[in-house]
Amino acid sequence: MTEKNSMPGSNSGLPDLYRHMRRVRTFEERVGELFVRGKSAGSMLHLSVGEESAAVGVCSHMHDGDTFTTHHRGHGIFLARGADPARMMAEIAGKETGYCHGKGGSMHIADMGLGHLGANAIVGGGIPAVVGAGLAARNGKKDVVSLAFFGDGATGQGILYESMNMAALWRLPVMFVCINNQYGMGTRIDQATANPRLHERAEAFGLVARTVDGLEVEEVADAAAELIAGARAGKPAFLAIECYRFYGHARKDKSPYRAEAEEAEGRNKDPVLRARTKLIESGIMAETDLDAMDAEIAQEMDATIDFAVSGNEPQMSSMFRDVYAPEEAEPEPVRTRIERILARQ
Amino acid sequence: MIETTYRGALRQALTDAMQENEAVVIMGEEVGRYGGAYGVTKGLIDEFGEDRVIDTPISEAAIVGAAVGAAMAGLRPVAELMYVDFIGMTMDQLANQAAKIRYMFGGQIGVPMILRTQGGTGRSAGAQHSQSLEAYVMHTPGLRLAMPATVEDAYHLLRQAMKQPDPVVFIEHKGLYTMKGELDTSAEPAAWGKARVMREGSDVVIVSYSRQLHHALAAADTLEKENGIQAAVVDLRTLNPIDFATIRPLVEQAGRAMVVSEGVMTAGVAAELAARITEECFDYLEDPVVRVAGEDIPISVSPLLEKHSVPTPEFITEVARMMLK
Repeated sequence: MTEKNSMPGSNSGLPDLYRHMRRVRTFEERVGELFVRGKSAGSMLHLSVGEESAAVGVCSHMHDGDTFTTHHRGHGIFLARGADPARMMAEIAGKETGYCHGKGGSMHIADMGLGHLGANAIVGGGIPAVVGAGLAARNGKKDVVSLAFFGDGATGQGILYESMNMAALWRLPVMFVCINNQYGMGTRIDQATANPRLHERAEAFGLVARTVDGLEVEEVADAAAELIAGARAGKPAFLAIECYRFYGHARKDKSPYRAEAEEAEGRNKDPVLRARTKLIESGIMAETDLDAMDAEIAQEMDATIDFAVSGNEPQMSSMFRDVYAPEEAEPEPVRTRIERILARQ
Repeated sequence: MIETTYRGALRQALTDAMQENEAVVIMGEEVGRYGGAYGVTKGLIDEFGEDRVIDTPISEAAIVGAAVGAAMAGLRPVAELMYVDFIGMTMDQLANQAAKIRYMFGGQIGVPMILRTQGGTGRSAGAQHSQSLEAYVMHTPGLRLAMPATVEDAYHLLRQAMKQPDPVVFIEHKGLYTMKGELDTSAEPAAWGKARVMREGSDVVIVSYSRQLHHALAAADTLEKENGIQAAVVDLRTLNPIDFATIRPLVEQAGRAMVVSEGVMTAGVAAELAARITEECFDYLEDPVVRVAGEDIPISVSPLLEKHSVPTPEFITEVARMMLK
């Protein structure tokens, strides 16, 4: 059985944070397996392995009703907000049983019910939506916050700066979360920006800004707690989380543009392993208990593949659905038009 | 004569142009060390250096805008937009700047730049990485538009584009990069702006471009074998300029025409072509000009839905049969 609506909360201690990070890690590994088995819809699968602390640490301080957008590497964030991993996997396989009925895929998974305003395949494309969601929260006097998750690559996009300025100007309940995994596709951060101290940009706009080390999930969670609380009170924030992208840009990319030594060092910054070691060394959990927890998660995530593979293909009739609202007419298929035109001749 | 791929031919064109002209620079996301998202610029940074093969941040608007300025200041920039779907982010620089500078400033200066990009379906890349947006470009006076369908044109059309005095948007198809073919770089290509008749036929004329050209050719083969129908097939090569002189006599002879495009049907390239053929060849037409185009919907990640969102060879064949019944 896969677990629905399983997410970390603000009272989560390290065992719970670890468990959720492990779920993200294992889910991403299964996505890789789905691809290898030839069952994914395409190969544009961007894994967040190495970035689990960002997803879990930040999401642990989000509440029901809060909204968020993610970039193309957003599986972990969605999972940490309570997504059903089976429906996620089915979407990644392009199946009718997926979150978006096979129309979105890995880069466009969303569930409005969980406050997910959408994953995005345009770099920076999802960022300004949180400004709008912040306006709606302010005008509706709702105690909710809206978070934009994006990678370091998006700091090259002008729309980030336009959005940060608006959020600061209007004191919106908004937070910008930059998951700095050091790489925008094949370009390392220092090859893409002259000043890699990204939080300084946010400060320049008047946001409360911090950078934290993604190796320590508790540090991420503590920073998120403080900044999100501030954002709720009308002090918009920016949080950069330093981590390392363990694998290539997408599933097929073997990252020939970076040295093996660099990769090995980067993979030492493993937030999941770090939390595990801490739990054992501090005597909070025994290794055998952690093994049992991991095994249970592995079983849960194995089931996501079965669910995805056994799901139906979308029906052809669904092709014209949801271009417009359900009460509106669907676009007329090309075939229908041609048959009608030629029948008159 | 060499055996190469569409991708290899594009790379050869860039290499030759860079060797010939110091002013040619390539700029875009992942064009250097990575070698291009689809491998077109692989190795060029080693041969020409970082000052001429320039990796940029993920800043599409500024990439195109910088290319505009570089072209005005004497360089011959080839900017790369990784996916044509990202054109929205560059649209001001492309449509309000590059396209209008010559006219607004009374002909004082042109913007001889190339925007190389790729589009189309076939990789389950989803709604924001699979579109065919050539109509956005064709709808903007001041921009030239080239869309190569063959290995030969991947080379020759790009070389010709790089000699144009005005901005050219050069859209490749992601489904063609591995297509093999023979290339003679010294051959005299069809002139810039000239369409190519790929196949003669007197029953129906199929006008197409980019990957759909191959679907049209496959359909024409089937129609000949199974129905004895002779379909002429035209590769437009450039959508601005449009070579109507080549299309007209074929349509006047056959009396029937079909336009095949992967872009969406409504207000698309196929609509423009169908209108043009109808206006210019009205007295000769036996049937309305038929648009076989992309459905008026976004592209799904599901391979099944994706495949049927755009014309297939089977559908083109079927429509031709309906026309000639």
